[in-house]
Amino acid sequence: MAIVVKRPKLKWWEQLYIPGIISGMRVTLGHFFKIVSGRKKVTMQYPEEKWDESLPEHYRGAPALVKDEQDRERCVACQLCEFICPPRAITIKPEEIPSDDKWAKVEKRPKAFDIDMIRCIYCGLCEEVCPEQAIYLRKDYAITGTSRAEMVHDKKKLYEIGGVRVGLVNKWNELK
Amino acid sequence: MSEEKSDLIDVQINGEWHSFPKGTRMIEACRQAGVEVPHYCYHPKLTSPGNCRMCLVEMGMPPRPRPGEDPPEPDENGHLPISWIPRPAIACANTIAPNMGINTESAMTEECRKGVMELLLANHPLDCPICDQAGECSLQEFSVEHGKGESRFREQKVKKPKNVDVGPRIRLDDERCIMCSRCIRFTDEIADDPVLGFTDRGSHTVLTVYPGHELANNYSLNTVDICPVGALTSNDFRFQMRVWFMKETKTIDVNCATGANVTVYSREDKIYRITPRQNNDVNSDWMPDSHRLNFHWIESDARLTDPLICDGENHRLATWQEALATSADKLAGLEGGEIAVIASARMTNEELLMTNRLIKHLGAGHVDTVTRMGEADGYLISADRNPNTNGVKLILGLDDPGSQIESIKEGIEQGRIKAVIALQENLVEDADFSAELLGKLDFLLTSYPLANPTADVAHVVLPSAGWAEKSGTMINVTGRLQRLNKVIDGPGLTLEAWEIVRDLIQATGGGNGIYSVTDIFTQLTQEVSEFEGLTWGQIGDLGIPLIETGETIPLLEREKERVARGLIVG
Repeated sequence: MAIVVKRPKLKWWEQLYIPGIISGMRVTLGHFFKIVSGRKKVTMQYPEEKWDESLPEHYRGAPALVKDEQDRERCVACQLCEFICPPRAITIKPEEIPSDDKWAKVEKRPKAFDIDMIRCIYCGLCEEVCPEQAIYLRKDYAITGTSRAEMVHDKKKLYEIGGVRVGLVNKWNELK
Repeated sequence: MSEEKSDLIDVQINGEWHSFPKGTRMIEACRQAGVEVPHYCYHPKLTSPGNCRMCLVEMGMPPRPRPGEDPPEPDENGHLPISWIPRPAIACANTIAPNMGINTESAMTEECRKGVMELLLANHPLDCPICDQAGECSLQEFSVEHGKGESRFREQKVKKPKNVDVGPRIRLDDERCIMCSRCIRFTDEIADDPVLGFTDRGSHTVLTVYPGHELANNYSLNTVDICPVGALTSNDFRFQMRVWFMKETKTIDVNCATGANVTVYSREDKIYRITPRQNNDVNSDWMPDSHRLNFHWIESDARLTDPLICDGENHRLATWQEALATSADKLAGLEGGEIAVIASARMTNEELLMTNRLIKHLGAGHVDTVTRMGEADGYLISADRNPNTNGVKLILGLDDPGSQIESIKEGIEQGRIKAVIALQENLVEDADFSAELLGKLDFLLTSYPLANPTADVAHVVLPSAGWAEKSGTMINVTGRLQRLNKVIDGPGLTLEAWEIVRDLIQATGGGNGIYSVTDIFTQLTQEVSEFEGLTWGQIGDLGIPLIETGETIPLLEREKERVARGLIVG
């Protein structure tokens, strides 16, 4: 059923609109004079000035892969982020970890892990779905490039952004 | 009719009465009534040891009156009241009894399932993210439906061997194994290669291969299919793709005349794996490894993607129009007797019908197909390695395919045959034509999916679709008509063989209004008496018997015998 929106009944002096315009102009001119006289500053001089300091804890920037304290890549290429990613920005090629590797018992790792930053919508579902705590949205927001190919973050770049994250659940590190 | 009636038994399942034939297992009765009983060790094609305990249900029988007590009164439908037994029963190995009651929704049944799940998960590793079975794992499914949702087990999990090589195509992870013993029973009962077994006891039980042996028989990958968890995984498919990404296409195997029903898993025009699909008249639930793994050539670098025309020495890329016009030019001046058409028993019935049109249109005097005979393995592989020899006999009217090949060779040698059209066959490698012999021809046209020595000497080479890239029907060794369904798109400019033949007919002046495989199938039903009255939809996923050939599939015969003995459900 449609909702009937009640319109306010305007007084005769309200229907003139002049008092409304005057009070609006008072606010606008107030700001104008504050800025002109240099009492207030609203523009940040980006990129000389950056807002990195004041980014909130929950800020969602570029997704990145992280390593743990023992320098193990946490991602095991389960491809759940590839599955959940709404704009299909993630492409993963899994591979088996060779038996002579230190972490051979983990068995699986990504051979290639690409995130197309042109497609990424910074929704954070990849971080939420990851069963290995391997992908996090970092605070990087200025993702630039001069070609489409440059805008695809490969595995190396993703670890570069992600770095090391400590204090996570380390189920693979227990005795096996 | 009355005899059949007396064989039916009334059973109450979750409060509703159903009738089933005598001897039906409780689990099958529930399945037929639309009630799922979770299970791990039970498989209808294997014996039921009843060791996983997942299918425990509450069961009841009519009360037995004490001496002197009146027997219970049946209700208006003749059903007696049920007195529920306080001890649960396994549904997989027990058969139904008259007036039995089964309750799969009772508190006791739920408690049993919860308990079994908790014990199975106590030692199960948490490696779903790297496990290939994730997404099609019974343990995952049933723990969501019947599990507790958390573990009370605080101790260290038992460590067992992981990543064990048990055979050339299979990897074993003992920590994931839930001791259902399906693989042991399969290798023993179906594959006759009993190399698997359990060693050690209690929670330290492990699945092992007999020392000095390996799980290497040609049916070993079926154990991967029936493994309810990820304990046995296929080396070929290992870590290739997660199962939830893949599209499943129902089709048939084309590596031999049995035509095993299969499901092909693909994603974005790449095939990742093939698994058998149940058809109790063709391949039961199984298929040979050699056939299952024979799909990697589809994405090989040797695939032909464009039509090629030979300019004296070398081949050059051409358009379809150019290649067909060149072929029509070369064929125009020839008598029918100077043309030989060598078709293939790997073609579908529809492609063969079009080939027959081409033969009639050109008046070709020599027609044959290439035979591929091997040894039958006594299980599922037929001696005839061509999938559609029966189709060739019916549609091309060849009584003895392969018998004309020698006379065609002679004809070329003597110069009587000046042009050969080789459709879907590699004459040099598969029919022993020498390159010199083929060099004597004025015109050789070949269509094939892969580059090959015949194409090297051909004047026109046409790229054709592989088996996964086309649709059609085929007739298997027992005379069953089955559908081959298109799984992926072919690479480059490839066309399905029926399209190639249609275009050839049109280029040489023939005409027809055929635009789809189903069009040809409709014409097949009008032109070939055996197909009369059939429709494309009628064939369905499981096919229909079309002709009598008197041939049987050995593995199916053995299974029928085991069903008759009551060993398996079938």
